[in-house]
Amino acid sequence: MTNKELKQKSIEYRKKILKYILKAKAGHTGGSLSCTDILNVLYNEIMNVSPQNFSSPDRDRYIQSKGHCVEALFVVLADQGFFPEEDLNTLCQYKSHYIGHPTRKVNGVEQNTGALGHGLPLAVGTAIAAKLDNKLFKVYTLLGDGEMPEGSNWEAALSAAQYKLDNLCAIVDKNSLQITAPTAEVCNTDPLDEKWKSFGWAVKEVDGNDVDALKKVFQSMPFEKGKPNAVIAHTTKGKGVSYMENSLKWHHGVPSAAEYNQAMKELDESLLAL
Amino acid sequence: MAEQINTLPYKANLEIYSETLQRLAETDRDIIAVTSDSRGSGKLGPFGKRFPNQIIEVGIAEQNLVGVAAGLASCGKKVFATSPACFLTARALEQIKNDVAYSNNAVNVIGISAGVSYGALGTTHHSLHDYAVLRTINNIIIVAPADNYETEQAVELAAKIDTPVYLRFGKKPMPPLKETTNENFEFGKGRIITEGNDVAIIACGETVYPALEAAKLLRESDISATVISMHTIKPLDNGLLAAVAAKCKAVITVEEHSVYGGLGEACASYLLQNNIYKPFKIIGIPDEYTVTGSQEDIFNHYGISKKGIADEVKKLLTN
Repeated sequence: MTNKELKQKSIEYRKKILKYILKAKAGHTGGSLSCTDILNVLYNEIMNVSPQNFSSPDRDRYIQSKGHCVEALFVVLADQGFFPEEDLNTLCQYKSHYIGHPTRKVNGVEQNTGALGHGLPLAVGTAIAAKLDNKLFKVYTLLGDGEMPEGSNWEAALSAAQYKLDNLCAIVDKNSLQITAPTAEVCNTDPLDEKWKSFGWAVKEVDGNDVDALKKVFQSMPFEKGKPNAVIAHTTKGKGVSYMENSLKWHHGVPSAAEYNQAMKELDESLLAL
Repeated sequence: MAEQINTLPYKANLEIYSETLQRLAETDRDIIAVTSDSRGSGKLGPFGKRFPNQIIEVGIAEQNLVGVAAGLASCGKKVFATSPACFLTARALEQIKNDVAYSNNAVNVIGISAGVSYGALGTTHHSLHDYAVLRTINNIIIVAPADNYETEQAVELAAKIDTPVYLRFGKKPMPPLKETTNENFEFGKGRIITEGNDVAIIACGETVYPALEAAKLLRESDISATVISMHTIKPLDNGLLAAVAAKCKAVITVEEHSVYGGLGEACASYLLQNNIYKPFKIIGIPDEYTVTGSQEDIFNHYGISKKGIADEVKKLLTN
């Protein structure tokens, strides 16, 4: 995809995320919008995973540790053809598989997540399995910066370095806001790069809403042979909609009809401006 | 801590666990042990030496142990996540619930030195909660093998099936419950050790042996007992439970677990909800600060012993 096409995709994804959150009257809006570009680049440019090869042991794996931002994942998986997009009309409805966190009942989802601090250990086990079997697939996991205080992340970070998992990539969606307050005020995990480095990881920082920059970073894996890869993706929570950006209210805010229309207008204008 | 030295002619179930796993690993490179600095206490030292590429060491980090195990299992590995039951089923409970059971990654969660096996090391090292908490989690089979035979069978079966399993092992050398065994071992099917018509003693894990000894003692008082090794706590063998309860005048359960939420309450729940009303008693560890001492001291204190069980049977039958 050209960079322009990738950017178009991101905006289309954002529109759909909001559409289905509006329909469900629930969702993690701000965080889904902050990680949209990361998912876009991974699924459209980087990972070897598709509905056709999803049962292949050689596929790349994506494990979403920040499971609450499932709307972004579902929209991207639908676009990849894992299921018909109209299924998302049942998001969070009685008996729907499309619940508020990733579940394997939905085609394309690798692991049931939602409790924070689980994605990285799962990804480490998966990456170890690849090494044991001399398989070349890569494992990506997306963490929120708000979940970095979970101790299990750091347990897993140690194992990843111990087992030299350069086939593993942990991406921190660093939107710097969590449900209560700015992340630095809740439990400061900065400087995050130094923490990962001191745990034996190779670290790159990137503008996590810049598809071109993200693509280059992911293409440069492994950053250092024999070291697991950490990408600190600096993002904007609520990215793409002016009144949602950097606003605590939109952590799991659901737009009103008027707010939704305003958001669509802004996103359409962004599309035209590309 | 110093490992208990086996001076008896019998082996601990844990040793059989390790031997069986080694035998399976000889022909199956997908057998993987994951340990949290626990290969010594899990008797997996020899396994690690023989199969260095089939043991994953995560250090003392139980949450990561289970998460990593689940990731490995998702790639088709037959994983035995081995750690002291006390830590594994408490600290890493959320990983067992979500990453193993809910995500249906067929990890074999191996709780070692379970119950009060650690004796005088105290409550931090006891697991008297594991049946209770795991019973409330969907999609995990809970098994406490009683003797070496059940252990070997359970480990082989766990390696075969695509369902999460919790296996619980103690450290004590365990004599065989039967001299010869040619029965089919299945999860969810209790094992009849001896048959009688007065009382049904239903036990699991290391408490089956004292239950069997109690049955022998009771014969001196002309009381005949059925002894069941209910190695699978979940799914419970309801059919066998109903049959022995119907046949006998009273039912007594014995477990190395809190009297809350374990085998006893599982049996009571089934019997009551199916209108089978018999005098009933749960022997286990009561809800109090556990008495200090060795496993044997603790067992004797709470009546998990030949005499203790026999006395309770007599009380139950005379009431």
